[in-house]
Amino acid sequence: MFGFSNPQRFWQLSSALLPWVWAAAVLLLLTGLYWSLVASPADYQQGTSVRIMYVHVPAMWMAMACYAFLAGASLISLIWRHVLADVAAKAAAPIGATFTALGLITGSLWGKPMWGTWWAWDARLTSVLVLFFLYLGYMGLWAAIDDRVKAARATAILALVGAVNLPIIKFSVDWWNTLHQGSSVIRADGPSLHASFLYPLLVMGLAYMFLFAGLLLVRMRTEILNRRIEADRRRRAASETLVPTSPEGAPHG
Amino acid sequence: MTAAWALFLRDFRLSLSAGGGFGLALGFFVLVAVLLPLGVGRDLVLLERLAPGLIWLGAALAALLSLDHLFQADLEDGSLDHFFFADAPLELLVLAKVAAHWLTTGLPLAVAAPVLALLLNLGTDQWQPLVISLLVGTPALSLIGAVAAALTAGLRRGGLLLSLLVLPLYVPILIFGAAAASKGPGAPELLLLGGLSLFALVMGILASAAALRLHVS
Repeated sequence: MFGFSNPQRFWQLSSALLPWVWAAAVLLLLTGLYWSLVASPADYQQGTSVRIMYVHVPAMWMAMACYAFLAGASLISLIWRHVLADVAAKAAAPIGATFTALGLITGSLWGKPMWGTWWAWDARLTSVLVLFFLYLGYMGLWAAIDDRVKAARATAILALVGAVNLPIIKFSVDWWNTLHQGSSVIRADGPSLHASFLYPLLVMGLAYMFLFAGLLLVRMRTEILNRRIEADRRRRAASETLVPTSPEGAPHG
Repeated sequence: MTAAWALFLRDFRLSLSAGGGFGLALGFFVLVAVLLPLGVGRDLVLLERLAPGLIWLGAALAALLSLDHLFQADLEDGSLDHFFFADAPLELLVLAKVAAHWLTTGLPLAVAAPVLALLLNLGTDQWQPLVISLLVGTPALSLIGAVAAALTAGLRRGGLLLSLLVLPLYVPILIFGAAAASKGPGAPELLLLGGLSLFALVMGILASAAALRLHVS
């Protein structure tokens, strides 16, 4: 892990990895989309609108996975002061927030024909909405604190406090009577979904994961570049003198 | 031990003194109950059904308003640095501050709740569960709010960011508090609310102390 804490090394590694990550993401996405939207069977009850599942479920998987990643990176950042850990957490947050929003919107679109309502205040939907606001609060705290080291540690604490929400989201459909259906994939008895639905779903899940990985690496590289620019500007500002030494700036008279 | 007690007494007395904000949270709480019927409609039956939840919402918002300056003044005048040199651990000092905060915010709200219940047409037989739920749940509001207050102390527009950070974390407290407010003392919601407060006691104190350490560098 500490071999990767050197930003230079990370830069080289990510430069090498990125084309493959994007290639995998595009390939998996195209395969998954074709398989799920065209080649998979329609549900006997829901008809073709079951296909929203292939976009909605992986988005929600990623929404939770991103937060878990963020919380894990925050923990590493706090305990080991790992240089790139807080960069990774900061980079992951907007991606996770977008996945959450995507999941909420697609879920709402699915809910209207299926349940008859765009929204319900059941445990699953409410806890995912809370997750969305946790993401926003996390991003807001990063933006509000000027000192970068202080911001990294403050947001790490916030991320860990909010991580309590993750098991609540996962088990909300078991602990409460919810409108949202129970777990069909990640359960103690194994997936209850038929293979013809499960496999395209897993391909889409994998595609979303590679998409996240690609976006994360790009965002992390951008953040590293931003910090280099900032450091460079500071160095220049510190070395500027008030009285110019060049002839053009020589005082008159 | 004496350092924590001294801090608790100081905060308690400061809150009660003029300009300490003791009456403000209470005043806001009562005003919310005054405005609610004007907004929602004066139908007494409707108000009675909504009353426990609305009173709980008022308590959450009143706690939010008073959390802003929990650590602000100490950060500004430098007494926060002295917390680190005290003979008591920082976590104990944070507990002292939060206890003083709850005694001057949450406890008065719980005591004043029957007045609001009166305004919102809640039957007198419902007052006991309401007050008990507030007594059990408002410590959680103070404790979790302290984490956000410690994280946002000293920030410009810290108050708004505090609200954004704290309200998602208040969601479970509000849900169980409002449910427990209309049920008796043996209700499972009340027990869960107590569990939340106990969990907040541990996590809130630890996280607040960790966040306060960031301000000293």
